[in-house]
Amino acid sequence: MEVPTAIWPVLLFVLCASAVAVALLLVAAVANPARTNPVKQMPYESGMDPIHDTRRQFHVRFHLLAIAFLVFDVELLFLYPWAVATRPAIAANTRELPPALPVTKTESAEEAVAVAEPGAGAEKGGTLGGASKTQPGHQAAATSRAVGIEAAVASGAIPSRDYAFWGAMVFVGLLALGLVYDWRKGIFQWR
Amino acid sequence: MAIVELPDNVVITKLDALVSWCRKNSLWPMPFATACCGIELMATGASRHDVARFGAEVFRFSPRQCDLMIVAGRVVMKMLPVLQRIWLQMLDPKWCISMGACASTGGVFDTYSVVQGIDRFIPVDMYVPGCPPRPEQLIQAIIDLQAKIQAEGTIRGKEFLAPSRQQPKPALQP
Repeated sequence: MEVPTAIWPVLLFVLCASAVAVALLLVAAVANPARTNPVKQMPYESGMDPIHDTRRQFHVRFHLLAIAFLVFDVELLFLYPWAVATRPAIAANTRELPPALPVTKTESAEEAVAVAEPGAGAEKGGTLGGASKTQPGHQAAATSRAVGIEAAVASGAIPSRDYAFWGAMVFVGLLALGLVYDWRKGIFQWR
Repeated sequence: MAIVELPDNVVITKLDALVSWCRKNSLWPMPFATACCGIELMATGASRHDVARFGAEVFRFSPRQCDLMIVAGRVVMKMLPVLQRIWLQMLDPKWCISMGACASTGGVFDTYSVVQGIDRFIPVDMYVPGCPPRPEQLIQAIIDLQAKIQAEGTIRGKEFLAPSRQQPKPALQP
């Protein structure tokens, strides 16, 4: 799979940001009077005596809490875009769009022009996150444009819809293991 | 030695002056506000007086990021180790403004428990009189401090190695 050309501005941005950061650090290292003392090396505790070292082992119950956070918060965070991206793909199979997603319909004349023009807004390697852009040549019906995962499949970013589905299932399955582990450890009991 | 004529649009300066110009216009204050002077310090940072006009608006609450200690308010003896430690933890080059009568002299708190002037323990660059001083006075102190940095600043901070900066000034004898 070739790198999409749309990524080059991002890479350029990262390069420039890194160069500026490194240059600033270099200037500071050259132009600064580097003076240190034992107090300056101490951890900052608002001027109080530090209670302990910062690199201390945490209690294992925070680990269980972290797993619960992943299961109930991060999972939703990742599955919402996945679900939104999957939904029009289901509708595209039936050639009928769901009424709750009007953005996938051709509503205005400008959008119709944008769809008709080859290359306008069409990016190779369409993202999974519900990008309502399509490849020229994949506009089977004007009212049913391939978006989301369907567009990703059409542009070759992912092999198939099963790939997206089972990928999410593996993610959910791993988190289900964490849920079972937390359950067995009994952190869902109110004590 | 031949004297080289410079074109009109060429300005030469010392690197020290350039670095001092950068430093004086990006003072990051460490607010050590312990009493009512802290309220005036907040007013100085707020929009009406707007110390951002002088590049000193970035109040940081970690000494790792600050180079201007503003001691606003009285410092009691129990607070003094904290003040000293935070001062030592601030990065070089660093400056200090003693804001108000209490920080400068102890003010009306002429007791055993209040430090009679923080300059007995940390070096002070500017003293701001007043109880509490108005924001304009603090801004004037920042302007004066900027002039001082521009006048005597060096890239390696040699001015901080002067004997007057090594030891706090001796207390006035009665």
